[in-house]
Amino acid sequence: MKRSLLAAGGIVGVSALLLSACASEPAAEDGPVTITYSNFTSSGGNEDNLQTIVDAFEAENPNVTVDITTLPYGDYFTTLQTDLAAGTVADVVDTNYDFFPQLASSGSLAPLEVTNPESYRESLIDAYAVDGTSYGLPSSFSDVVLYYNADLFDAAGLDYPTSSWTWADEQAAAEALTDSASGTWGDHQPVSFYEFYKVLDQNGASFLSDDGTSVAFNTAAGIEAAEWLTDKSGTVMPTIEEGQGTADFDTNLFLEGKLGMMHSGVWVFGALADAPFAWDIAVEPGNTQQASAVFSNAVGVSAASDHIAEATAFAEFLTSSQTMIDVRLDSGWELPPTSDEDQLAVYLTKDTPANRQAVFDSLDTIALTPLVENGQQEMQDIVTEELIEAQAGRKSVADALASAEERINAVIG
Amino acid sequence: MVLPTVLRAPAAPPPRYAPLSRKKKRASAGYVLTVLAFLLPSAIPLTLFVLGPMVAAAWISFTEWNLITPMEFIGWENYRSLLADERTGQVFLHTIGYIAGYLPLVYIGGLALALALNQALKGRSFWRGIYFLPVVTSWIAVAIVWRWLLNPNNGVVNLALGWFGIDGPGWWTDPDWAMVSIILASSWKDLGFVMVILLAGLQTINPDLYDAAKVDGAGAWKRFFNVTLPMLSPSTFFVIVISLINGFQVFDQVYAMTGGGPGGSTQVVVQQIYDLTFRYGAAGEASALSWLLFIVILAVTVIQIIGQKRWVHYG
Repeated sequence: MKRSLLAAGGIVGVSALLLSACASEPAAEDGPVTITYSNFTSSGGNEDNLQTIVDAFEAENPNVTVDITTLPYGDYFTTLQTDLAAGTVADVVDTNYDFFPQLASSGSLAPLEVTNPESYRESLIDAYAVDGTSYGLPSSFSDVVLYYNADLFDAAGLDYPTSSWTWADEQAAAEALTDSASGTWGDHQPVSFYEFYKVLDQNGASFLSDDGTSVAFNTAAGIEAAEWLTDKSGTVMPTIEEGQGTADFDTNLFLEGKLGMMHSGVWVFGALADAPFAWDIAVEPGNTQQASAVFSNAVGVSAASDHIAEATAFAEFLTSSQTMIDVRLDSGWELPPTSDEDQLAVYLTKDTPANRQAVFDSLDTIALTPLVENGQQEMQDIVTEELIEAQAGRKSVADALASAEERINAVIG
Repeated sequence: MVLPTVLRAPAAPPPRYAPLSRKKKRASAGYVLTVLAFLLPSAIPLTLFVLGPMVAAAWISFTEWNLITPMEFIGWENYRSLLADERTGQVFLHTIGYIAGYLPLVYIGGLALALALNQALKGRSFWRGIYFLPVVTSWIAVAIVWRWLLNPNNGVVNLALGWFGIDGPGWWTDPDWAMVSIILASSWKDLGFVMVILLAGLQTINPDLYDAAKVDGAGAWKRFFNVTLPMLSPSTFFVIVISLINGFQVFDQVYAMTGGGPGGSTQVVVQQIYDLTFRYGAAGEASALSWLLFIVILAVTVIQIIGQKRWVHYG
């Protein structure tokens, strides 16, 4: 009925002791090889697409079988850490940009000899290298854009968002679109760490100090950026009490035709495919400058793997093969990390949304996720928690940022 | 669920055997082996999954460890930083707040059900089964259903409140109401468990006591307060001890319903242990917090066992 006492710390410890004994076996020479791949990126709808890529790899490498484990994103990193502690980690593992430094610095990943580094988008492959050595290969990327319901804009007699919009334009449109009588809201933007570092950049402020050992957001520009997020709540965006901030809340509201604009990732294209109204996207507006959030995932090879060569070959196939590019572009499963712009041209020709160019234009001004050596997750949680305090009106924005500054500096310093 | 061995079975108080004579106490080797053979099936999992992890956690609590890099021995540092951290007090306060809401609700609700289903009702077994059903249901399933019932937008509860012109709260999305939501779901789920324990207790009460009370002119309320409640006190004691032990370890429903949010308002001790281990890479501190929790639960339980003499009547 209930978790047994001391579960969290203890079971891990004993598992580590028990399982380390049976972790590694000597490598088999030449014979058929089975490698394991643990991933979250295909979870929730792209399992078949991943299987297509794996089938193609196995056809090219008849000696190698790939055993796939797919976990939901929410469970993935917990499982990965437990596996690392227990010595049961898969040969090839997914990671995201945030978790990569922790993985690489712990020595869990094998250095990779990449045979075709030029086939990757340079900024992406560099993001997974330490001192010039690759410890991960980018598998996909995506960014965040401004979605809008064109029918609602037409009904309100408003011009559609463009790449030259600023916060003021978005604010004016959001106010015009909000109609409490019909339950229509003008705008939606999550109040969280992932939005905050980006709006700081959009307002010419920065999250971390130059040396990266303390935060730098508790300034006038930082407060203005935080207010840009929190002040939407209850004015042009539903409040937390109304469900704002829960999973898929914005996508569902948008699909119901009750949301004029939303800030979301290109990964929701699929969910909006059957929307019964016209919609499109634009580059996110900035205040003093534009800045867009880009997220990327990567695969790494476990340093403890017995089949590093085969695992590396699979990691390369998974991240740079033509099959992968075709599958991703065809299904809209995020974007392939390829450096070949001509390949990506196919992506632009697909309809809905029409302005797919915005996905690439957003890459011109990237707001990088602030990374710290210690306490990354805690830092992110503190920011989100304090911003929600301000959003709910329990603290002023200035107090929330001051508190976040003090707490985070204590963690990361 | 592991029950402390000091707890006496409440429903049927042990008969008072005459003490064994000293001579008979020395058991034969065969007798000892038989006892061990019976103990073994539970001793193995207990050692592997409870005692072993507890010892391991004690060791880990003196190290700095993020699960990935090697452990580093740091002595009492984890305990020192936990005691200096104001969040430690907060997570204990949230947990106590949960218990303060949950325990009266589940006890009074369970008692009412037990009293009702102790009557000669039609379909009594059916209703007993129905109320026990949530106890054996997975917390994840229950949490999903309750999140839906208490959905601030289109949940059934707020819809029903709307019929009476009441503007329902934000429930698990509102920091002021999130713990209330968890308390409601938890009480609902555990009602059947409390009901069964109290029902068993009710059935051991000698009917002669009620007859005697009636003869003395005691009304229904007087009989309830002066016969039922005192005679039920061993069962009540059992329910309170178990609920407190489980209440301090509340986790599944929090993890599944709110994840400790919004804004940390439902961050309970075990959720904090989980977060420290798997989100913040502080397995050492998490193990130290586990031991703190163990000490608190032990202390609370010992105090209750000492205090029971004042109010628990066995037979």
